[in-house]
This record gives sequence, C-alpha cells and structure tokens, in this order.
Amino acid sequence: MATTLARIIKYGVQNFLRNGWLSAVTILVMVLALFVFNSLVIFNFLTDSASFALKDKIDISVYFKEITGEDDILKVGKNLEALPEVRAVEYISKENALKIFSDAHKEDVVISSALEELGGNPLLASLNVKAKDPNDYDKIASYLENSSFFAAIEKVTYAQNQLVINRLAQVVNALENVGISVVIVLALIASLVTFNTIRLGIYSNREELGIMRLVGASNKYIRGPYIVNGILYGIIAGVLSLVIAAPIVSLASPYLSAFMPDVSLSNYFYGNLSKLLGYQLMFGMLLGSVSSVIAVRRYLKI
Amino acid sequence: MIAFNHVTKQYNNTAALDDVTFKVNPGEFVSIVGKSGAGKSTIVKLIIGEERPTHGRILVGSNEVNKLKSDELPRLRREVGIVFQDFKLIPTKTAAENISFALELAGRQQHEIENLVPQMLDMVGLADKADNFPNELSGGEKQRVAIARAMVHKPAVVVADEPTGNLDDFNTQEIIKLLLKINEFGTTVILSTHSRHVVDSINKRVISLSDGKIISDEEKGKYTIL
Ligand SMILES: Nc1ncnc2c1ncn2[C@@H]1O[C@H](COP(=O)(O)OP(=O)(O)O)[C@@H](O)[C@H]1O
Ligand SMILES: [Mg+2]
Repeated sequence: MATTLARIIKYGVQNFLRNGWLSAVTILVMVLALFVFNSLVIFNFLTDSASFALKDKIDISVYFKEITGEDDILKVGKNLEALPEVRAVEYISKENALKIFSDAHKEDVVISSALEELGGNPLLASLNVKAKDPNDYDKIASYLENSSFFAAIEKVTYAQNQLVINRLAQVVNALENVGISVVIVLALIASLVTFNTIRLGIYSNREELGIMRLVGASNKYIRGPYIVNGILYGIIAGVLSLVIAAPIVSLASPYLSAFMPDVSLSNYFYGNLSKLLGYQLMFGMLLGSVSSVIAVRRYLKI
Repeated sequence: MIAFNHVTKQYNNTAALDDVTFKVNPGEFVSIVGKSGAGKSTIVKLIIGEERPTHGRILVGSNEVNKLKSDELPRLRREVGIVFQDFKLIPTKTAAENISFALELAGRQQHEIENLVPQMLDMVGLADKADNFPNELSGGEKQRVAIARAMVHKPAVVVADEPTGNLDDFNTQEIIKLLLKINEFGTTVILSTHSRHVVDSINKRVISLSDGKIISDEEKGKYTIL
C-alpha cells in the first residue's frame, strides 16, 4: 500500500518533469484561472467595504423632550439595542450635542454669536440608532411610534443624506452583483480552459493509458500519477498567481485608498495572505486533480 | 487452464472467429498457426478481455472471462503475460521501466525489481539499452522488451502474439528457446505465428486456424496450411 502510494507519487513527479513544456503551459493557463479567482475575492472585498462604508453613514436620531430624564432615555436605548434589527445605539446628551454642534460651526460667526446670545443649551438629548440593514429603518421607526415611550419623543429624524446614501448603496450593490457575475463567468471560462489544457495533455498520453490497462494496471494505479500531476500544477500555479498579484495589489492600493480612505487593499491582501493562499491551493489542486480524473476516465474503458 | 468453448467473434460483418473450441492444459506449449487475418490476435484479445466474444465461453484459470466486469480485468491480466503483436510498450517509459512496471503491478518490492530487471534485460540481450525509450529502439529490440515484460513476473501463462515477427533468424531462435525454457519450468505458453520455420522447429502441439475456424489440432504438429 505504502509502496504503491510512493510509486504513484514518483510517477506523478516524473510525468511532470518529463513533460516539462506541457507542465509549463498548463501551469500558465492555471495561473490565469487562479488570477481571475483572485480578482473575484478582491473585488468582493472592495465592493463589500464600499457598501459597508456607505451604509455605515446612514442612521436615525431620536430626540427626546426637554423634560425626559437621562435614565429614561438610557432605558429606551437598552430597549432599542435589544431589537434584532439594531446594530448600535449611541447616547448623545444635551451637553455633548452642544459641544458637537459648536465644534462643527466654530468658523461660522453668525451661528457662534447666536448661540452665545441664547445663553442656555437649545439642543435636545438624543439616541443615535444604526440598523444592521439600511432597509430596516422603517421598522425601527414604526417600533418607536408604537412604543409606550412615544410620548417622551420630540421627533425622529433620518440623516439628511439618507436618500442619497441609500441610492449609492444600491448602486454599489448592483455593481457588486454585476461584477461578481462577470468574474464568475470569467472564472468558469478560465477553469474550462484549464480543464481542456489538462485534457489535451492526457489525450496525448492516451496510448499509454490503454497499454497500462492491458498489462493489468488497476484504474487507481493509472489515474494516481495524473492526480499527483494535477495537484502539482495546482500548488505551483497557486503560489505563482499570488506572487504575480502581490506587486499589482501594492501598486493599486494607494489609488483605491484615495477613493475610500478607510479601505486598504494591501492591508487586506497581506493580512489575509495565508487564507488567500489556502483558497488558491485548494481551488488549484481541485481543478487540477478533478480535470485529470475526468480526462483520464474515458481511456480506461479498454 | 485456458478453454474456448464454441467461441464466435463477429466484427460488423466479418467473423474473426467462428465457433472455436479448444483447451490448453497447465504446462502445455501450444502454437496457434494461421495466415494473416486468420484470427490469431483475436484469440489473444479475447483471453485478456480486450474484446468480448459474440458467443461462447472463455475460461482462463478460474476466470470466466466473458463474464468479468471492467474492474475485474486488471487481476486477470496480471495473471497472464502477453507479448502483443504491436508490442504495446509504454512510450514514456524506458526499456527498464517498462519491465519494472509489470513487476510493480505484480506487487514486487523495489529491491527485487532492481535485481530482476537487469537480469531480464541481459537474458533478451538488451543490457545496453536499459535506459532507451521505445522510440529509440528498433522493431526487434522493442519486441524483446515486450517479451521480457511478459515473463519477468513469472505468470502461469504467457501468450505471445507473433513475437518473432520482427526478428532475424538468430534472434527468432533465441526467443523460441526462451519460450521453450520457461515452458520447461512449468509456464503454459501459447504462441501465435504465421512462420512455417518457427512451427516446424518446435515440435509441439499445433492448432491451425484459417478464416476464424480451427482446421486442425495436433500433438507434435507441423505447419499444414498451404
Ligand atoms: N477491430 C476490428 N474491427 C473489424 N474487423 C477486425 C477488427 N480486428 C480484427 N478484425 C478482422 O478480424 C479478422 C481476424 O483478425 P486478427 O485476429 O487480427 O488476425 P491475425 O492476428 O491472425 O492476423 C481479420 O479479418 C480482421 O480484418
Ligand atoms: Mg495478428
């Protein structure tokens, strides 16, 4: 058993080396396939971060009447936090609201002087609520309207730019769907091309496969080396495609960060390098070995 | 034991074998003689299940070959050593590797293989061609590698399909001597040939085949086909 496995591996490596050119071409095609697969992962990351960054800017603010005590407001906050749709609740006290407001309008002489003239604090305490899904704000709003503490609420406001943000998020979503479809189609095509390349290689060895059958080799013993071969293709192509992707990511990352300051492609890439490599190897080895198995099968009928 | 029982093999409209019945006992040496197209290779193909009979039963040892499933064929084929008329050497393996392959399939250990292969190459006179690939060998050399591969693992039966077709007189005699020798040690040998010269020199059982039919089956036979 162990000898058989050792022989299968030996022949797999031997085939790989003796068919140097074929191996090189197959690996090249496979690198292209894996590169497309890589783009899929990275594209997915980018659109996810973009739509997350956008959606994160949407929230609703619940302003409470002057007379409502801080304890009550915090209790409402607790209730809201318990809702499954709610991601985060932030309490902004009267004082904080004033500080934020005056900080924001420091430069504006008219507003600053008006505030000073007013003397007191005209702003209300509020809860800032973020939903997990931007489509759920309606639900949260209606929960508030029907709740027992509705009387304590002065008003509920959506962020002013909510509409724009929602639209943008939809655009990003649509982009994500289109992009992923395109990349999946490309990945499929690339996989098929890889499969065909492997199949052609095996086709050129069909005589040998038939002979092995006729002298009494079992299908497993015939197939084994080709599977080893396919796995070798996958390993080498997987590593190569990341080696090629690395400088591209490093080059592109600053440009992307200019659009989305919170997003660093290179951090993502290098931070997830081992995971990416794992995916590549898995995908490559699977593609290589499954293609080999399918391609060999038809020559084992003799 | 090998037995053909009323075997017919029909290819489209030609009957390659027509109601063929014969039996080869363990340890026998049988020559199957016939002109080109008589059906000799068809018999070989039926023995190892490369082709299936249209009618009839084929027994090889304990196997009823016509009933074996595809995944049961490898075991049968390892029990029989075949010298194919067209050699069927693995083109990506050297002469030595082709011979090793049969030993690997027989489950031999590496050190055994390393001992046996050079001996066998020596025996067929190809010690200096061990590392040549089939496309670097002449027809006669390929044939001798094929013969070495067929008998290196000492199968109970060796079937040789015109194994001297590409050899000169000297090498032909060497190969026939080799086959007679393994037969002396107990191996059943079935030799197909169209050569009068070869058959007459052996002086053992001869089955004559013509147009897919057995026309004679004689102990200590001679070449009788005109
Ligand atoms: N695959 C095939 N398809 C059709 N006819 C075949 C095939 N193989 C052999 N034959 C025919 O069967 C007959 C016997 O062939 P074969 O057994 O190869 O003869 P031999 O080996 O005695 O020269 C011949 O007439 C040949 O043309
Ligand atoms: Mg023939």
